[in-house]
Amino acid sequence: MYDASKIVAGLAVFVVLATSPLWYNALSAASPEAPVLQQPTNGSTECVEATEYMRANHMDLLDTWRDTVVREDVRTYTSEAGKDYTMSLSDTCLDCHSNKEQFCDACHTYSAVTPYCWDCHVIPEGGQ
Amino acid sequence: MLEKALSGSRAYWSWIFALLLVIGGGVACWFWQFNEGLTITGLSRDVVWGFYIAQFTFLVGVAASAVMVVLPYYLHDYKAFGKMTILGEFLAIPAVIMCMAFIFVDMGMPNRIVNVFLYPTVHSMMFWDTVALSGYLVLNIVISHWTLSSERREESPPKWLKPIILLSIPWAVSIHTVTAFLYSGLAARPFWMTAILAPRFLASAFAAGPAILLLLAFFVRRISTFDPGKQAIDTLAKIVTYAMTVNVFFVLMEVFTALYSDIPEHVHHFQFLFTGLEGENMLAPWMWVSSILAIVSLVVLINPKTRSNYGWLKFGCVAVVGSLWIDKGLGMVIAGFVPNPLGKVVHYSPTAPELMISLSIYAVGALILTGLYKIALEVRGQLKKA
Amino acid sequence: MNSSRRGFLKFAGLSAVGVAGSTAVATRTRASEEHEPPATEGKRLAMVIDLRKFSKDDALLGTIAAACHDAHNVPDFADDPKNEVKWIWTEDFETAFHEQEFQYIREDLKGKATLLLCNHCDNPPCTRVCPTQATWKRASDGVVMMDWHRCIGCRYCVVACPYGSRSFNWKDPRKAPNLAKIENTYPTRMRGVVEKCTFCDERLARDQQPACVEACDNGEIVFGDLNDPESEVRQLLAEHLTIRRKPGLGTQPEVYYIVEDPRTLQEVAPAAVVVEEEGGHA
Repeated sequence: MYDASKIVAGLAVFVVLATSPLWYNALSAASPEAPVLQQPTNGSTECVEATEYMRANHMDLLDTWRDTVVREDVRTYTSEAGKDYTMSLSDTCLDCHSNKEQFCDACHTYSAVTPYCWDCHVIPEGGQ
Repeated sequence: MLEKALSGSRAYWSWIFALLLVIGGGVACWFWQFNEGLTITGLSRDVVWGFYIAQFTFLVGVAASAVMVVLPYYLHDYKAFGKMTILGEFLAIPAVIMCMAFIFVDMGMPNRIVNVFLYPTVHSMMFWDTVALSGYLVLNIVISHWTLSSERREESPPKWLKPIILLSIPWAVSIHTVTAFLYSGLAARPFWMTAILAPRFLASAFAAGPAILLLLAFFVRRISTFDPGKQAIDTLAKIVTYAMTVNVFFVLMEVFTALYSDIPEHVHHFQFLFTGLEGENMLAPWMWVSSILAIVSLVVLINPKTRSNYGWLKFGCVAVVGSLWIDKGLGMVIAGFVPNPLGKVVHYSPTAPELMISLSIYAVGALILTGLYKIALEVRGQLKKA
Repeated sequence: MNSSRRGFLKFAGLSAVGVAGSTAVATRTRASEEHEPPATEGKRLAMVIDLRKFSKDDALLGTIAAACHDAHNVPDFADDPKNEVKWIWTEDFETAFHEQEFQYIREDLKGKATLLLCNHCDNPPCTRVCPTQATWKRASDGVVMMDWHRCIGCRYCVVACPYGSRSFNWKDPRKAPNLAKIENTYPTRMRGVVEKCTFCDERLARDQQPACVEACDNGEIVFGDLNDPESEVRQLLAEHLTIRRKPGLGTQPEVYYIVEDPRTLQEVAPAAVVVEEEGGHA
């Protein structure tokens, strides 16, 4: 191949830069703490669905809730356990998980995710 | 062939660098607009489409005009246009890209643009416009790539290309028709609700586009050994002349219908444009200049003596482009909103950031056009002056 | 460039398009699971605004508009009319019905402040033009809805509305002074989407009347189902002379205005007949 030395050198620089988060973290002294989620303070012990399910699927659940409420005018959700809930982020989810910073943001900040729900949806009084 | 755009003279690179500066300034403005919102433009609750969409409307016409060289050459074997078709297609490509860019910068939520494809809506003309423009871009890239690379290998283009080229002919007409349909089916906007809007769009497209192509061909002829040939120039000049004549005729038809019927909701928009309404008369001088340029261009172009004099011809082409740019790129869109649906006269003028973003999109188009023309000329070995 | 390098570039380009396209198809299959509600016997929600019950420049008009705008966190850019957002507002009668080209108008209607809002047309041009179905007419009750999650902010619906009922968020609504502190859990919208009255779909879901209707005290605005022959709106339409805005455009607006002489308000006590006092209310 033409200019082999330049290409290989360029590739090497690229690989180093592209994998920098991995080796930088590996070489750093402190290991990042796993996020600690604040449990609901209103006494509630069960969520709409099981914790493992919610951890993996709350994004899809919220998307489905969003489209079902807005586009189909259906506002009641029946969980796997047969319980009925109102499909509302601000009124149902945040009713228990009232502290957005210590619940939602804990994981989102850790994994560098910025959902844009809060550009529009209002965090109820007291939670921030 | 793309690498041919990456080598050039000092003049070439200075031009590219200047364009990149303008583009950089526009991109910075656009990031500001994306964060702040479209409030940094002159748009308002009543005038929701302005300079951006007007430029899109003008450029769709330029994009469609490639058909004016493709049709005679491929459908009617008009050999004289043989060297021009690639220039026409290489004008259509940046024109379509600029159209898409102007729509993109006008959107409130550009990050949601995929929604148009995720939720296709067959009763929305805007959906069909997206389909038409995307398809036209693909068509032109495929056609120009295969014809140029075949020319480079000194072979004739592959047989399967012919039906694709023929498809591009009605497709070109359809991109500007569907753009006209964006406007001409709206009961809310009597200024645009006229059956002649689509024919008017096409006539002005087929005048302005080939006029730009002619001016580009003259410029390329000056800096290279490329010569489209006298017959190609003369025929293209006649096309511009006829198209401009038809366009002016169509405009006069609109003026008659509006003014003779004397229906207020038709008359008021013409008044706003040509005399001003309730003190809002910013566009009036522009519209009169556009009208005068149109007449002047017809005088120069219809007369065979001036049309065959290349100095006069270039002047006539500039007059055509200037007149039609004002008509579509300033008058037509804004006047649809003034007066507003409640009969009130409202103000619109583009702001500096709005103009900067627009200028940078034109610079992007110029950059792509420069690169593509450079490739075409290099392939033909015609770049060095004889 | 030799052919293998060109071939690599073509392959790379096509792969990129292929990946993007397949992702789009995959998401599309998921998205197409949403279904339209059945277009069977639904309601046809409409509003009748009794202009006889408003005085020329009635303070109640401001209260009604405020009730709507407060309930829905509509931004008030008072010092910046370019960015104005409004769901319900007043214009004088001649402007509201300017297609009538009034010359000699009945005295009580001259300059009378008239409530304007989205007409939730039966044949809406706005929903016809939306490229993403971010706005659509609900089959179940005729409300012309907004999906602010899907809106791309192209403003085509604003262009298509013959009544000027729609507003675009030119900037972040939360920057408006009145939204520095938000009192309810109804969402705001974000910069870049179009918004308008939705007949209070969130209140309809709770079997409540729209906020503007609730702000009235004497049936100034009546709201109901036109498909129900016993409804109050049907009775009002049967008994009174009403007009709608720009009916000739075929949009079938569902906001009706009673324009009879206020002296026909016989059933109400004489003291309630409209007087010309500034800001006073019948």
